[in-house]
Amino acid sequence: MSQPTMNPSSMNLSSTSPLDLSRMQPGLADPVHDAQRCFRTVLEALSHPGRLHTLPVDVEHPAGLSPAQAAILLALADYDTPVWLPLASRNGDAGRYLRFHCGCPLVDTQQGTPIDAPIGVRIDAPIDAPIDAQFVVLDGLSTLPALDTLRLGDPAYPDRSATVLVDVPALQADGPLKLRGPGIRDTQALGVAGWTPATSAWLADNHARFPLGADLILSCGDRIVGLPRTTLVEV
Amino acid sequence: MNEALEQRRSQLGLLARSPQADIAGHLASLGETPAWRWLRKPETGMVMLRGRVGGTGAQFNIGEATVTRCALRLNDGTVGVGYVRGRSARHAELIALCDALLQQPALAARVASTVLAPLAEAERQRHAQRAAEVAGSKVDFFTLVRGEDK
Repeated sequence: MSQPTMNPSSMNLSSTSPLDLSRMQPGLADPVHDAQRCFRTVLEALSHPGRLHTLPVDVEHPAGLSPAQAAILLALADYDTPVWLPLASRNGDAGRYLRFHCGCPLVDTQQGTPIDAPIGVRIDAPIDAPIDAQFVVLDGLSTLPALDTLRLGDPAYPDRSATVLVDVPALQADGPLKLRGPGIRDTQALGVAGWTPATSAWLADNHARFPLGADLILSCGDRIVGLPRTTLVEV
Repeated sequence: MNEALEQRRSQLGLLARSPQADIAGHLASLGETPAWRWLRKPETGMVMLRGRVGGTGAQFNIGEATVTRCALRLNDGTVGVGYVRGRSARHAELIALCDALLQQPALAARVASTVLAPLAEAERQRHAQRAAEVAGSKVDFFTLVRGEDK
């Protein structure tokens, strides 16, 4: 992961508080090799957008994280990759699990001005936005945040952007979605439960900002599908 | 609460300073240990040691030390953690197991008397022996009073 250019004061520093281990679940059974297998699978998924991949590890996942999300974060998240979780999971088992096994900062509510706010207007209400996060964990496509509240990289370093992990109710290899772009020979079919026109619009906007943008990894159980910013999705 | 924390800290410190074979031996004499499973398998890494000049000055980094740590859970849910300097995964495991057993009200007293007490005694003897060895080379510096100072 690239070095994040984050503002330490915006980070949740609750890692100094004692960690309640009473309900902690084990991490990867074989930390080195399982993490390598997860990394390889994520790499394959993002190299072949829309193709279903199965994560080859068995993880006891906490409430608030799907098996695939837990495995991906165990493999990729560490002390310099801030992770954003929905508030309930952040203060619950999922947050404790990530703090214990990954040691990653959990991005917290912060003061901020949305990028599209009119010039001169400062909105001082705290927004619960994943602006500093390198990994954003979501449950369902309907919870996708506004693109401008995500880290999209900067033109010199487009890789300093967020990877969004979305758990969806169902994934199918054949479905109404038609994917095109790098990594796909002609077109790739995909079916995703909970897909709406708003999802298509969000992805089109994300694609239009290339080389900036966020990369999506959809998951259902232990199966994942990569939707990087380079992929065009037609319904 | 703080007292319990302080006690656990000193117990973990004693276990980390004691030879691995001694802990294993005393644990074995304890008899059957409960079943457990890993929360975090032993992993070796570096920690930065920090100090203060004279114990009160500004903080500085002394250097890095190799540390092995692990965490395990007994089947009843008690979690034990082990941290030890060096690379011995087995040593960290034994410390974590002792830590978990010491948190069990039914076992704590027996573990303290069977495992910790002999370890503390052995450590005291190591220190005494070292102090005795060093005492032979002790030099008392003194300055002769010279005539012109009168």
